[in-house]
Amino acid sequence: MLKVAQPDRPDALTWVFLGLGLLLLPVGLYLALSAPPDVNQGYLARIMYLHVPGAWLGYLAFFVTFLYSLLYLFRQDPRHDRVALASAEIGLVFMGLALVTGMLWARPTWGVYWTWEPRLTTTAILFAVYVGYFLLRGAIEDPELRRKAAAAVGILGFINVPISYMSVKWWRSLHQTQSIDLTTGKIHMDPAMLQALLFNLFVFTLLYLGFVRFRSLLAALEARKEEA
Amino acid sequence: MRAKYLIGLGVILGALAYLIFGGLGQNLVYFLTPSEYLQDQGRYQNRPVRLGGLVKQGTVHYDKDKLELRFILTDGVAEVPVVHKGTPPGMFKEGQGVVVEGRFQEGIFRGTNLLVKHSEAYQAPKAGWTPEEVRKLIEEAK
Repeated sequence: MLKVAQPDRPDALTWVFLGLGLLLLPVGLYLALSAPPDVNQGYLARIMYLHVPGAWLGYLAFFVTFLYSLLYLFRQDPRHDRVALASAEIGLVFMGLALVTGMLWARPTWGVYWTWEPRLTTTAILFAVYVGYFLLRGAIEDPELRRKAAAAVGILGFINVPISYMSVKWWRSLHQTQSIDLTTGKIHMDPAMLQALLFNLFVFTLLYLGFVRFRSLLAALEARKEEA
Repeated sequence: MRAKYLIGLGVILGALAYLIFGGLGQNLVYFLTPSEYLQDQGRYQNRPVRLGGLVKQGTVHYDKDKLELRFILTDGVAEVPVVHKGTPPGMFKEGQGVVVEGRFQEGIFRGTNLLVKHSEAYQAPKAGWTPEEVRKLIEEAK
């Protein structure tokens, strides 16, 4: 994810991720809209094809922030901090997407937009922690102290990701448990729906890889301008 | 320098883990089951609570004129009669898991908010479910 020299333009791999992601996005949409409805929820279940990839990217992006924050603390290389920053920003956007689509899904199925049940509460805390990450970055003038403090939040804040993911199993909740359960490997989904969901997860992941490389480069250009 | 960071991290992670797996878990209860409520009635008297369970088969009565929904909430052991003002949500049906917010008054649970739980399993309908059929279903429900 990192380059030794600092180029002015995104490299070929970044363009491949972005191009492929944007190209396949309509295909994902087509698959989502042609997937069969659910027996109980009808066509409402299709919000899933946006909601689940959004949440997945949030978790993934915060994990990358965690990883690069650790790297930064050990190596003290500002490039690692820039990747952590880029990933946290993208994670916040996609976690926000998951929260909004989740609310739109909750109203017609559960009956309310929001309720303080464990999955929603832990995810709201997760979201707030990464909002705090950017508040902190904005509040500290000294670049080195800023990077260190941000790395600490990037590492400690990540604990919320497994808590949010496992919340539906650890506590009594209104939110259903995982349909693709990574802890047991069980899948409770029609094959046609699973196909559409996995494809959208793949497309979103491609986009994430493109975004994070692009945003890291922007951060590098910003830093260079600041120094000059 | 590194050892200092690691020890600090360890202490904080340990504290968080203790909070999560230890005491905190016991206090984070989103809803009570009817049996839990009945066992400890004194504690919840005149306090708003959430009750969660299944809508008992054959107990749903909806008065369209008064907008009053009555049903019995069960967890398989204990049962609680529920009265809820308002229309039933779209996915409300007999045998469905629900969470009701409200409080007890004279042995009846008066709900102010009715939430419907749905399962994590997604299945395609056996046959049909073309857009026309869905439209028909929606129109019939009106």
